[in-house]
Amino acid sequence: MRNSGFRYSGFRYSGFRYSGFKVIKEALTGHKGWKPVWRTPEPKKEYDIIIIGGGGHGLATAHYLASRYNITNVAVLEKGWIGGGNVGRNTTIIRSNYLHPENQPFYELSMKLWEGLEQDLNYNAMVSQRGILNLYHSDGQRDAYVRRGNSMLMSGADAQLLDQEGVRELYPFLDFDNARFPIKGGLLQKRGGTVRHDAVAWGYARGADSRGVDIIQNCEVTGFLIKDGKCTGVKTNKGNIGAKKVASCVAGSSSRVMSQAGMNLPIESHVLQAFVSEGLKPIIDGVITFGAGHFYISQSDKGGLVFGGDIDGYNTYAQRGNLPVVEDVCESGMAIMPSIGRAKLLRNWGGVMDMSMDGSPFIDRTHIKGLYFNGGWCYGGFKATPASGLCYAHLLATDTPHEVARGYRLDRFKTGNIVDENGRGAQPNTH
Amino acid sequence: MIINHPLLGPRDSSEFVYLGDACLINRPAWVGERTEGEDVNDAKTAEALQQYHDYVHLRQNNAGEHKELWYHEQGDRSWLVVTRNTITHEIYNVELAKDVALANKTARATQGGKK
Ligand SMILES: Cc1cc2nc3c(=O)[nH]c(=O)nc-3n(C[C@H](O)[C@H](O)[C@H](O)COP(=O)(O)OP(=O)(O)OC[C@H]3O[C@@H](n4cnc5c(N)ncnc54)[C@H](O)[C@@H]3O)c2cc1C
Repeated sequence: MRNSGFRYSGFRYSGFRYSGFKVIKEALTGHKGWKPVWRTPEPKKEYDIIIIGGGGHGLATAHYLASRYNITNVAVLEKGWIGGGNVGRNTTIIRSNYLHPENQPFYELSMKLWEGLEQDLNYNAMVSQRGILNLYHSDGQRDAYVRRGNSMLMSGADAQLLDQEGVRELYPFLDFDNARFPIKGGLLQKRGGTVRHDAVAWGYARGADSRGVDIIQNCEVTGFLIKDGKCTGVKTNKGNIGAKKVASCVAGSSSRVMSQAGMNLPIESHVLQAFVSEGLKPIIDGVITFGAGHFYISQSDKGGLVFGGDIDGYNTYAQRGNLPVVEDVCESGMAIMPSIGRAKLLRNWGGVMDMSMDGSPFIDRTHIKGLYFNGGWCYGGFKATPASGLCYAHLLATDTPHEVARGYRLDRFKTGNIVDENGRGAQPNTH
Repeated sequence: MIINHPLLGPRDSSEFVYLGDACLINRPAWVGERTEGEDVNDAKTAEALQQYHDYVHLRQNNAGEHKELWYHEQGDRSWLVVTRNTITHEIYNVELAKDVALANKTARATQGGKK
C-alpha cells in the first residue's frame, strides 16, 4: 500500500488518536471526551476552488486535490451536514463489474482506490471485500455475463462464472428451482463488497481538513457569480464567496443547482428506496443480486439484512418513496430467497438520485468558464466515490480529463458518444 | 399516489407507466426532406439538430410543480398530463394529453397568426 498514517505527521494531528483504552474510558465517562475531527471554519472571501456539496464525491475531490495535486486553498460548501445526503443513505455496495470501455476502467480504478483507502486516510472505513454475486436465470443471461466477465478481466478486474453448483455451495438457501426464474448460476466478483458509508464521508473530510481544506456546513449555494461567460464565485446564505474555479458536486440536486447557472441537464431526479431488517444471525456473507428482477441484498455487520430494488420511476425530490415499489422489492426478495419472508422489516428510507439519460455519469467542464460539473451518478455512485473524487480533482487541477473519465462528457449526446450500459435510450427511469 | 383520471376517476399510480416531462408533447419540427446535392451542413440543419438534441436529452427537472406524461397501460390506454408537486407528491391537476396537445397547437397557431 502506498502510504501509512505517517504521512500525516507534521499536520495538525498525528497518527493514532483512537485506541481500545480510549473507547473503554469514554464508555465509562459518558462519551464526553471525543473531539471533532474537522474544524468548523467561517468562509474566507475567496478560494482557488469551491466545491459545492459535501457528499462522498465532494469530500473525496477535496481530499485528492489537497493530497495528490497540492491544491489546499479549497472550500467544500454543504447546505446541510456532511454525510447527510446519499453518501449516508446508500446500501454501501462496491463493485467493478461494468461492460463498456468508458465505464469499466473507471470503476476498476475506484476499486483499487477502495483497496488502499484506509491506509491513505488512516481511517477505518470497514472496506469489506466479501464478494458480489449476480445471479443468472437463463442461457441468454449467462452469455451476457460471460461477455461482461471478459470485459472485467480485460480491465484488470477479477471475475468468475459460477454454475448452479457453484452458487449452491455459497448460498444453499436460495430458491434454485423457482418455477418462473430458476437460478442457473452467477457472475462472481470476489473483490466486490461493502464499505461503511458514513466512515467514507468522515474519513475523506478528515483527510481534506487536515491539509487545510475548509469544510463549511449549513452553507447553501443559492446562485452563481457569472460575468461575461465566466464564473467567479457563488452566492450563499453566508454571503458571496469568490473562487477561481467552482465545482458542482451535488448528486440528486444537480438540476436545481445548475439551473442557477441557466443550464438544463440531461438528468432527471428519482427516488431509490432502501430497507433494513431486524438483526439476524449471520446468513449472507456477501452481496447477492437477482437477475430477473430488481433486488439485491447483503447483511450488515450488525446483522440486519440490507436490501433494495428498483427506483420508484417518476421525477421526485422527496426523500421517500411509495408502497408499490416496497411490494415489488419484497416480492423479488421472496422469489430468490423465500426465507426472507420470516424476517421483520425494521426501517426503510429513500434518497434522491440524479438519473442521467444514458445511465452514466458526467465529470466535465461546462460552457461557462470556471464552472465544472460532476453528477449523473444514478443509483450507483457510492462505489464510484474514490475514482470520482480523483478524476474530478484531476480535471480541476489540470483542466484535462483523467484518462479513465474521458467518456463522461456533458455533450456526449450531441456527439453521439453515449455510454448506455443497458441499451435503453434516453429514458432515465429505465436505466 | 392516486391519479384522478378525467374519465375513470381515482386510479392507483401503479396502473400507469411514467414517461417524463410533458414538454415531450412538443416535438420540434424536423428540417424535412432535402433535394439531392443540397448542403445539409447549413445553419438551418445545425439549428434543427440542436433543437432535437435538447428535446430528447435535456430536462428542466424542477423541484415543485411539474407537468408530466403518464400512460394508463393497465387501464384505458390513454395518455395523461399530470400536474404534480415533485417535493410533496401532491397532484394538482390531471388532463387528457390529447386535450393538452390540441390546446398547445391552437396556442402556437394564434401566436403565429399575430405575427
Ligand atoms: C437508497 C440508495 C441506495 C444506494 N445504494 C448504492 C450502492 O449500494 N452502491 C452504490 O455504488 N451506490 C448506491 N447509491 C448511489 C449513491 O449513494 C450516490 O450515487 C452517491 O452517494 C452520490 O454522490 P454523493 O455521495 O456525493 O452524494 P450526496 O451525499 O447526496 O452529496 C451531495 C451533497 O450536496 C449537498 N447539496 C445539495 N444542494 C446544495 C446546495 N445548493 N448548496 C450546498 N450543498 C448542496 C447535499 O446536501 C448533499 O450533502 C444508492 C443511493 C440510494 C438513494
